[in-house]
Amino acid sequence: MYAQQVDTGSKGLKSLDEMSPEERHFQEKVNAETKIEPKNWMPDGYRKTLIRQISQHAHSEIVGMLPEGNWLTRAPSLKRKLQLMAKIQDEAGHGLYLYSAMETLGADRDDEIDKLHRGEVKFSSIFTYPTLTWADMGAIGWLVDGAAIVNQVPLQRCSYGPYARAMIRVCKEESFHQRQGYEILLTMMREGTDEQKAMVQDAINRFWWPSLMMFGPSDADSPNSAQSMAWKIKRHGNDDLRQRFLDQTVPQLEFLGCTAPDPDLKWNEETGHYDFGEIQWQEFFDVLKGHSPCGVERIQQRKNAIDEGQWVRDAAVAYADKQKANAA
Amino acid sequence: MAEWTLFEVFVRSKHGLNHKHVGSVHAADATMALENARELYTRRSEGVSLWVVPAAQITASAGDEKEPFFDPADDKVYRHASFYKLPPEVDQM
Repeated sequence: MYAQQVDTGSKGLKSLDEMSPEERHFQEKVNAETKIEPKNWMPDGYRKTLIRQISQHAHSEIVGMLPEGNWLTRAPSLKRKLQLMAKIQDEAGHGLYLYSAMETLGADRDDEIDKLHRGEVKFSSIFTYPTLTWADMGAIGWLVDGAAIVNQVPLQRCSYGPYARAMIRVCKEESFHQRQGYEILLTMMREGTDEQKAMVQDAINRFWWPSLMMFGPSDADSPNSAQSMAWKIKRHGNDDLRQRFLDQTVPQLEFLGCTAPDPDLKWNEETGHYDFGEIQWQEFFDVLKGHSPCGVERIQQRKNAIDEGQWVRDAAVAYADKQKANAA
Repeated sequence: MAEWTLFEVFVRSKHGLNHKHVGSVHAADATMALENARELYTRRSEGVSLWVVPAAQITASAGDEKEPFFDPADDKVYRHASFYKLPPEVDQM
């Protein structure tokens, strides 16, 4: 998921009887699948949880441009450069839709971006990994965007109207991302040299587990998940979504002629799902704590972009002021 | 962004349809808002016309849907065609 481990501040779920009249009216609306809109009353915890989740989601879209930007000038053809550029521009757009949705909750974009730069809020663990070869662009489009789609499809029905509507736009655009990624890998496997084919397998080996980790740890015991579900911000458990992703991805992996770095991965006739090996969660928690290959570098790049772009924003304001003065 | 104005964006998706609200952009002025809106909301030919309006210029009906603001319409069923029963002989009207 692009937003991982979002704190809801919840200590446990309240029953309708324990709620204040306002809270009860709110919860009944949510239960009836009526969308909550910016000017409607909402519990403080709901507002804060959404701000945390949407800002994390937005930051992930923006930071997610960096690992791909790394390959823009080195993509193997003009066609691939244009496609990658279009995908990266979409990610910027997704970040902006999400920041707009977040602002409807009263959050300030500058403040939230400052928090990212100070390390107080996170972006998705997946974007802390380096992109070492061209095959990584394929693996990211296919696996990372694929996992994001599985996560974002249910968010289109999120109880908060502006977030749900942003997700509808995002999901429409993501399917191009996943297909272009898979096509990159397919082309390398069909037309590539042995070395290029090995590159594909290597990229899959490196991105396989981190993609499965994107969904976050099992939420069986998490009070945050239970609260997010009750508020209908979240619709499915992390394990359910991970399984859904895996079930749709393994046949695509086999079609590529590649393997997963998981000796325990196999079809389970009884459950009708793929079984898979144990996820090494320590790596995930280490990444969230900032012990990652590129986490620090990514934030520094974002900070530089804002700082070094200050003169452009200043110039735009000066120009607008001058135009206004001339017109007066 | 704080020094820039927030604009709400409306897109007409086809000739003959209404402009519809799609979201917002920040910009230094209206021209830049139009350009930003084009990049953000019509990358795949989603529109044939764009409006940008400073968000501060919009007056909205406030508050929850329980506000009495819309109540006057609630008890005027005779404003709907379905209120008027026609004999079967007349059929559709």
